[in-house]
Amino acid sequence: MNIHEYQAKQIFAKYGVPTPRGIIANTADEAVANAKELGGTVWVVKAQIHAGGRGLGGGVKLARSLDEVKTLASEILGMTLVTHQTGPEGKLVQKVYIEEGADIKDELYLGVVLDRAKEMPIIMASTEGGMAIEDVAHDTPEKIIKVAVDPAIGFQGFHGRELVFGLGITNPDEQKKLISFASKLYKVYMDNDAEMIEINPLIKTGSGDFLALDGKMGFDDSALGRHPDIEAMRDLSEEDPDEREASEYGLSYVSLDGEIGCMVNGAGLAMGTMDTINYMGGTPANFLDVGGKANAETVAKGFEIILKNPNVKAIFVNIFGGIVRCDRIANGILEATKLVDVHVPVIVRLDGTNAIEAIEILRNANIPNIIPAVDLADGAAKAVKAAKGEK
Amino acid sequence: MSILVNKDTKVIVQGFTGKEGTFHAEQCLAYGTKIVGGVTPNKGGQEHLGLPVFNTVNDAVKNTGATVSMIFVPPAFVGDAVMEAADAGIELAVVITEGAPVRDMQMAKAYATKKGMKTIGPNCPGIITAEECKIGIMPGNIFKKGNIGLISKSGTLTYEGANQVCKEGFGISTAVGIGGDPIIGLSYKQLLPMFEADPETKAIVMIGEIGGDLEIQAAAFIKENITKPVVAFIAGQTAPKGKRMGHAGAIVSGSAGTAAEKMEALKAAGVTVVVSPAEIGKAVKEALSK
Ligand SMILES: Nc1ncnc2c1ncn2[C@@H]1O[C@H](COP(=O)(O)OP(=O)(O)OP(=O)(O)O)[C@@H](O)[C@H]1O
Ligand SMILES: [Mg+2]
Repeated sequence: MNIHEYQAKQIFAKYGVPTPRGIIANTADEAVANAKELGGTVWVVKAQIHAGGRGLGGGVKLARSLDEVKTLASEILGMTLVTHQTGPEGKLVQKVYIEEGADIKDELYLGVVLDRAKEMPIIMASTEGGMAIEDVAHDTPEKIIKVAVDPAIGFQGFHGRELVFGLGITNPDEQKKLISFASKLYKVYMDNDAEMIEINPLIKTGSGDFLALDGKMGFDDSALGRHPDIEAMRDLSEEDPDEREASEYGLSYVSLDGEIGCMVNGAGLAMGTMDTINYMGGTPANFLDVGGKANAETVAKGFEIILKNPNVKAIFVNIFGGIVRCDRIANGILEATKLVDVHVPVIVRLDGTNAIEAIEILRNANIPNIIPAVDLADGAAKAVKAAKGEK
Repeated sequence: MSILVNKDTKVIVQGFTGKEGTFHAEQCLAYGTKIVGGVTPNKGGQEHLGLPVFNTVNDAVKNTGATVSMIFVPPAFVGDAVMEAADAGIELAVVITEGAPVRDMQMAKAYATKKGMKTIGPNCPGIITAEECKIGIMPGNIFKKGNIGLISKSGTLTYEGANQVCKEGFGISTAVGIGGDPIIGLSYKQLLPMFEADPETKAIVMIGEIGGDLEIQAAAFIKENITKPVVAFIAGQTAPKGKRMGHAGAIVSGSAGTAAEKMEALKAAGVTVVVSPAEIGKAVKEALSK
């Protein structure tokens, strides 16, 4: 689960990680009121969406008067922001964060993320922070300092020294401030079961202080149960409504732009099924993993969600039953044909646990647009044909 | 021969008396697995499925001589359960539970490594040595005995792969579902040399997925150390480029973890790479007839 910048900064503040002052706004009038309350003469109006690259996409703007705050806030609120992290469809901006303008002397980068190879969190820092950090990492990887922290010992002084000397920071006062910053951020990461924290840019101000100017946080979904305060920060409007509806039924769904709807058990086989359809000249309309607890109700729901997509010309149900029982899937398919108008051919391949019973159930029901398949290759071939309108 | 487990392996079940633990322990017993007892706190001294229940793994190991534990405890207790097994001297923990917090697994894996305990999973179908010992939730009947070793991140692709191998007239020596979580126990790199050393295994099927770089590491390892034929499939060639937040993921791995990247690396290491899982069976047949 991801949260917004303004929420991440609330968490930072709780741990003493310094941030500029700011107030969240839902309307342009609120934005002006917030700017007044913050005081000063320069404010930044920042679109709140679950994606980065907002600056380059026109979602972060500097205002030098209250009038300008109002104009910029009304422009940004309601816009669909497209950045390299949103996908081409972009994201609707529903909130803006009004923040005091900071006096930026240097832009650094600081992040904490799990290093899968080392199997421990790694702190990454660079003096080349700002909007082109991925280019820096790609072209000049030596400019990214990486320090792994073993949770068994936690953040120690030497971790801090590796960071500041790696970055070439020589002023003792600055060294101290940055080490304290990093150690607090590590604590934010561990305490909250974060998956990723990123501050880009972390700035040095004219007076030599370090401030988190941006804040991005993602969390381990499996650990949310022990963090009700973070779960309460969930912004459902950031999530795809179909994907969300599916997840309420234990289904994992992602829509794509092809023509063959897929219903599969297990994420690996679901991807393998999409790959096979593609290999045989067809195009998958979605990824759908019915999970290990599939029953008649969830399968019916899956059909409903797949068929909402008007591009779907055929559906391929590919189940290899382990814990999932094929007879339940077969009953689900029958249930679905009663609840939703299944107007496209449905190719069904059932193998594994209780497959023989399942095939019997489908045969007895005798539904005309259900086409049985003997294996993955046969099913994918039949689905590709059916989507092209061939028999 | 086989790897890691066989008909003589003594197994206990942590989370023995729960719904999942009970159902799958029964299935494993029916397959022939030598389950010798289980652990459920506060139920020590009772009998379940005709086997003794213990309060702690320590008690279970002392009384039964078990060396392997199959773990079914709820997600929030997985870390604790793995560390308890390691502490009690278990040699291999097979963790089936899905949804264990990553931070817990980080701690548990570090401790297990320190204690010399191997781990499989979490969030995996388990391990099976065909017609001898099944420790997990896979449908046992599709694994006919034979000479192909199988390693897979995905549960259902393990079944698909094994089924195809058997339909081509071959069989499985041992199949291991390693799971696809961010922190897992044994991976390709540790399992490949075990299959290389196992005289019963003649070829290896390796099934991977997009994300992470375990398959890339495996490719480098195969090039240097594996002489047996390897057939690989990487799921997710058509997966959409995920929406993402932040740059950290891209910076830390230095690679995008795409299917194309992994397939290239494996090909360069001399592996037969198939583009659809439907080709696994045929590819194994060809690899063995060379
Ligand atoms: N409070 C502020 N005062 C002055 N400048 C700011 C402030 N907040 C942001 N900026 C400027 O706007 C740029 C973009 O803002 P920010 O980093 O928050 O969003 P982003 O573009 O989504 O980030 P990223 O490129 O890391 O994805 C910053 O790099 C910084 O130069
Ligand atoms: Mg930024």
